[in-house]
Amino acid sequence: MSRADAQDDRAGESALTAPDPGVVMDPGVVAGPGVVAGPSVVAGQGAVRSPSPLWSLGLFRSELLTTFRRWRTLALLAVLAAVPILVGIAVKIETGDGSSLGGGGGGAGGPAFISQISNNGLFLVFTALAATLPFFLPMAIGVVAGDAIAGESSAGTLRYLLVAPAGRSRLLLTKYATVITFCLAATLVVAVSALAVGALLFPVGDLITISGTRITYAEGLGRALLIALVVAASLVGIAALGLFVSTLTGSGIAAMATTVGLLITVQILDQIPQLDALQPYFFSHYWLSFADVMREPVYWDDLVKNLGLQALYAAVFGSAAWARFTTKDITA
Amino acid sequence: MAEASATEPKRPGREPDRGERADDAVIATRGLTKRYRGGQLAVDGLDLTVPAGSVFGFLGPNGSGKTTTIRMLMGLIEPTSGSARVLGRPMPRASRTVLPRVGALIEGPALYGFLSGRDNLLRYDAADPTADPRTRRERVAAALDRVGLAAAGGKKAKAYSLGMKQRLGLAAALLQPRRLLVLDEPTNGLDPQGMREIRTLVRELASDGTTVFLSSHLLDEIEQVCTHAAVMAQGRLITQGAVADLAAGARGRLVVTTPDAGEAARVLKEQGAADVVVDGERVTSEPPERDLAEVNAALVAARVRVRGFVLERASLEDAFVALTGEGFDVAG
Ligand SMILES: Nc1ncnc2c1ncn2[C@@H]1O[C@H](COP(=O)(O)OP(=O)(O)O)[C@@H](O)[C@H]1O
Ligand SMILES: [Mg+2]
Repeated sequence: MSRADAQDDRAGESALTAPDPGVVMDPGVVAGPGVVAGPSVVAGQGAVRSPSPLWSLGLFRSELLTTFRRWRTLALLAVLAAVPILVGIAVKIETGDGSSLGGGGGGAGGPAFISQISNNGLFLVFTALAATLPFFLPMAIGVVAGDAIAGESSAGTLRYLLVAPAGRSRLLLTKYATVITFCLAATLVVAVSALAVGALLFPVGDLITISGTRITYAEGLGRALLIALVVAASLVGIAALGLFVSTLTGSGIAAMATTVGLLITVQILDQIPQLDALQPYFFSHYWLSFADVMREPVYWDDLVKNLGLQALYAAVFGSAAWARFTTKDITA
Repeated sequence: MAEASATEPKRPGREPDRGERADDAVIATRGLTKRYRGGQLAVDGLDLTVPAGSVFGFLGPNGSGKTTTIRMLMGLIEPTSGSARVLGRPMPRASRTVLPRVGALIEGPALYGFLSGRDNLLRYDAADPTADPRTRRERVAAALDRVGLAAAGGKKAKAYSLGMKQRLGLAAALLQPRRLLVLDEPTNGLDPQGMREIRTLVRELASDGTTVFLSSHLLDEIEQVCTHAAVMAQGRLITQGAVADLAAGARGRLVVTTPDAGEAARVLKEQGAADVVVDGERVTSEPPERDLAEVNAALVAARVRVRGFVLERASLEDAFVALTGEGFDVAG
C-alpha cells in the first residue's frame, strides 16, 4: 500500500464522512440496519501481499503462453514455415538439371539472392525473408497485434484482467512486449525453416557477398542471424500501429482487418511515384534495406533509417495506444 | 422472507451511526452518475452505502443500471460525475490497492475457450500483482474444488456448459481471500439446483466475514440470501436498508377467514382497520393500530365465526410496489 494511496484517502475523506442528505428513502428504513459484522471483520482480513517486482514477468509469461496456445497463432507460424519449403522445392525443381537459376539482378535484394540458392543453401534464408517481409510477416504481426486488446475485449476477458487488477499501463506494455516477441518468433520461424530446407536440398559452404567478396559459412550464418534480427525489428512499427488500432475497437476481427488493410494500403502507396515526398515516412519504405547486411563492408545508412523509423512509429503509436487505453471505458 | 428475517433479527436502538458511516462502509458512493456516450443516463445520482459484513442485494429490473454501477465501482468505466469509495478508498484511483481484495463476477463469466478451466484460473491469477506465484497451483485447485469443478478442471472451457462457466467465473473471484465479493446476477442461466448451490456458497462466504454485493433482478433471490438491499429503477436508487426494515416499511395485511364475511368487515372497520376488502370468505385489511388480540376478541364477541386470523408479512415485492406504485417490470 503506497504512500500516494494514503494521501488519496485523505483527499477524498471530508466529502464522504458528511451525512447523506440526498438519499431518496423512508427515514425509518435508514435507522439501525442490523449490521451482521462490525469493523473488526474489516480489519481482520486487511493483510495483502505487496506486489512482487517480478510480477510483471509472471504476467508476461502468462501472456506469451496464452498467445502461443491460440490455434490462430500456430496457424500463422505454420504458414510462415511453409514459405521457405515451397520456395526451396520450386528452386530445386527449376535447377534439377544442374543449371543455375536464370535471370536475377532485378529488384531490391530478393531476386539477387534467389539465383544463388542452388549454389549455397544459406541464400534460401535471405530469399525467404525477402519474400515474406513485404506481406506474410507483417500480416501475421497485424493479426496478432490487432487482436491483442480488441480480442480480449470482445471475449470479455479484458474486464477480468483489469479487475484482477493487471493495471492498464502494465497490461498494454505486456501486450506490446508479447507482440514484439511474436515478431521475433515469426522471423526466426522463417529463417530456421529456410536454413533447414536450404541445408537439406542444396550444397552449403563459403558464400559470396553482394559486394563480391567471399565469407565463410560460419560468418554467413552470423549475417543470417543479423538479418533475421533486422527483419524482426522492421516489424516493430506495424506492431505498434496494430496495437493502437486494437485499443480503438471492441472487435478483434475489425482490428485485425483494419491493421492488415492499412498494411496493404501503405504498400500500394509506397509504389506510387507522385507520393515520393511522403514515402520516407511509410513504415515499410526501408524494409528491404536488410539486404545491405550482405554487403562488404555492411552498408548501414538505410538500415539505420529503417530502425529509426520503426522507433518513431513505436513511440508515436505506442503513446497513442497508451493514451487511449488508459482512459477508455471498458463496457464489454 | 421468513428465512431472511430469522438471520437478521431487528435490533432497535443500536448505535445509529455504526455501519452507516462512510469509513465503515465497504462501498460508499455519492452522487454517482453515468451517462454513456450515446447519451443514455444509466445511473443517476446514486448514494449507496454497503455496510461491512452484509450480504447486500442490489435489486432492479433489467436496464436499471446495476451493471453500470458495478463497472464504476470496479474502475472499468469513469463516472460522469460523483464519486465512489470501495474498502474506504477512492475508485478508480486506488484500483491497485483495492481490487486485489475484491472478487468480482461482472455481467457473466468470460473465459478463454481454448484454455482449460484450470489454465483460465492460472491466467487470471497471474494478472493479480499481489497473488503469490508459489501458491498459485494450490489456490487454483482449491477454488475449483470450492465451486465443484475439481473434476472438470482439465477440460477446455469452450466445452463447459453455461452453469460450469458461471462456476468457473465464481472460482476466479475466489482465488484469494477477499474482503468484498461483487456478484452481478450470479444465478443467471443456472438451473434451480445451481441457483441453490450459489446461494449456499454466498451464505458460506458471508459467514466467513466476506461482504457480498449481489445484484439481481429476482426479488425472491434477494429475500432468500440478503441482509440488506437497495432497489434501483431507471438508474435511480429508490431505497436501501436492512431487508427486514424494507419489508416492514410496507405494512403487512390482516387476513381473516370466515363464513361471516360481511359481519367481519363491519367489525374490522369499527376496530379502526382501513382498506377493508371482502373476497368470498377472505376479509383483508390494513392492520389497525390497536392490539390484534383485542380485534380478534371483538370479532368473536360479534359472533363472527373465525376460521383464520393471520397477519401476513409484507414481502420485498410489496415494499417495491409500495415504493414505486408499480410492478417489478422492465422499464420501457
Ligand atoms: N455500453 C453502453 N453504452 C450505452 N448504453 C449502455 C451501455 N451499457 C448499458 N447501457 C444502458 O444503460 C442502462 C443500464 O444498463 P445496465 O447497467 O446494464 O442495467 P442492468 O445491469 O441493471 O440490467 C440501460 O438502458 C442500457 O441500455
Ligand atoms: Mg446487468
